[in-house]
Amino acid sequence: MIIVIAARELRSLFLSPLAWTLLAMVQGLLAWIFLLLVDDYWQLQGRLVSLDNAPGVTDLVAAPLFQVAVWVLLLLVPLLTMRLFSEERRTRTLDLLLSAPVTMVEIVLGKYLGILVFLLITVALIALMPLSLALGATLDIGKLLTGMLGLSLLTAAASAAGVYLSTLTTQPAVAAIATMGFLLALWMIDAASTAQGTADDLFGYVSLRRHYNAFLLGLFDSTDFVYYLLFSAVFLGLAIRRLDDLRLRD
Amino acid sequence: MDEILAQVERLTRRYGEIRAVDEVSFTLLRGQVLGFLGPNGAGKSTTLRMLAGVLAPDAGRIIINGVDLLDQPAQAKRTLGYLPEQPPLYREMTVDEQLHYSARLHGLSRTASHQAVVGIKERCGLTDVSRRLIGHLSKGYQQRVGIAQAVLHDPAVVILDEPTVGLDLLQSREIRGLIRELGQNCGIILSSHRLSEIQAICTHVQIMRAGRLVYASPLADLQQQQQSIRLRVGLKMPPPLARLTQLPGIEGVEELGQGRFRLQHAAAAAPHQALVEQASAENWGLWELTPEQVSLEQIFVELILEAETDE
Repeated sequence: MIIVIAARELRSLFLSPLAWTLLAMVQGLLAWIFLLLVDDYWQLQGRLVSLDNAPGVTDLVAAPLFQVAVWVLLLLVPLLTMRLFSEERRTRTLDLLLSAPVTMVEIVLGKYLGILVFLLITVALIALMPLSLALGATLDIGKLLTGMLGLSLLTAAASAAGVYLSTLTTQPAVAAIATMGFLLALWMIDAASTAQGTADDLFGYVSLRRHYNAFLLGLFDSTDFVYYLLFSAVFLGLAIRRLDDLRLRD
Repeated sequence: MDEILAQVERLTRRYGEIRAVDEVSFTLLRGQVLGFLGPNGAGKSTTLRMLAGVLAPDAGRIIINGVDLLDQPAQAKRTLGYLPEQPPLYREMTVDEQLHYSARLHGLSRTASHQAVVGIKERCGLTDVSRRLIGHLSKGYQQRVGIAQAVLHDPAVVILDEPTVGLDLLQSREIRGLIRELGQNCGIILSSHRLSEIQAICTHVQIMRAGRLVYASPLADLQQQQQSIRLRVGLKMPPPLARLTQLPGIEGVEELGQGRFRLQHAAAAAPHQALVEQASAENWGLWELTPEQVSLEQIFVELILEAETDE
């Protein structure tokens, strides 16, 4: 049943110009950044040869690309998740799901999965750019993979938050803005680096960025992995509760 | 055919202080078409939404086809079809896609849902528009798609909230025909604020007012009851009122003006002949004699007014 809902969600995305526009925008922007990075690398190459233990092409092109990709995806996710529930509540199509023999858990997970597949396609398309360098250079595949994993986990967590926020309102635009604000706040929260001791630990732990950066260095730390899973689970759980609550309230 | 398909007991739903639905109980048998009638805001939609499992009740029990809707929602909803006031259609999907999705959601396998979609399109007259986008269809066709998605998984209980609202006369007629046909082998609950519609489709009628069920009866009973207990008489030279009252079997006389009278008589008595004989003997100039039917509308209006004066 989850698959049925997810498939419809995905199909619906591709039927609207929104998804295509967003994909085109992401690819266009990141392709430009990618070209700039390759160009930089080209110019640095001569000097790198003389260094011991010099950073490779993965560090100098792929990692910075993923760094930029996060910003683009954090802006993209809210636009994808905003319609999930708010639109269905506004047009009252949610009644179809609520009167069908499916549980709230299936509804939320189905919609989440639909968005997730779309975002994974996006991440794969982004990763194709640095992968194309494999034609003429040696890539650190391990680092590339952790980078992709980090990006996927981050977008998964961000869309879980988006799913929840879109259950709160019947206005997609409100959901989008709330999600965007929330994600950017969590992204930047550890910038309060002047904070000392426990405050710093806390901000550091909830920050989306700090957990992401480790992946880009090629580190797979289970703390980071669990952080993203927990983050997603919490917001999906909240979304399920919220839907149950709506049945009682309106 | 006395199989109970839906049983509702003391269903209650509050919105803040207002009791939108107040202890409503009824049963639905196979083959029945149950019509909910009532003014706007009477609680019809709220009742139907609770029956469909879209809204949670504050109190009461709903048994659909032997399964408690509140305890085992997924199982109960399997045999339930629901068309909300606004058909739940995705404008960006084609008719085929929407129906297929709806069938899959109700647990039909890929092949079963394919067959169901083909069958229901035939019955609802949607075959010609199967590849059109729902957003581009007229209101009438959208309503048909809405009904189709509610019944394509062959549910035992079908809930239709204002199925013909916004349709023109011809479209309403078609939809009514469809509902009557469907009603033969399942149970249908529908709501309407159009009396003629309820009279045309339903086997049973329930009138709601301010969240309460104020009247419930089989439509056939109503028609029985209607067996002209009133006569409208037009006389060119009417005798004094008292003379009319003395006629055999007449219980009450009401003057309507311009030589017209309404005579109330016992259901068993048939005063027509006596009246005609009397009229010709005494030269009253009889020019009209019409058995007056108590229409559903009169009952409806009387009940609503009664309830209003009670408050």
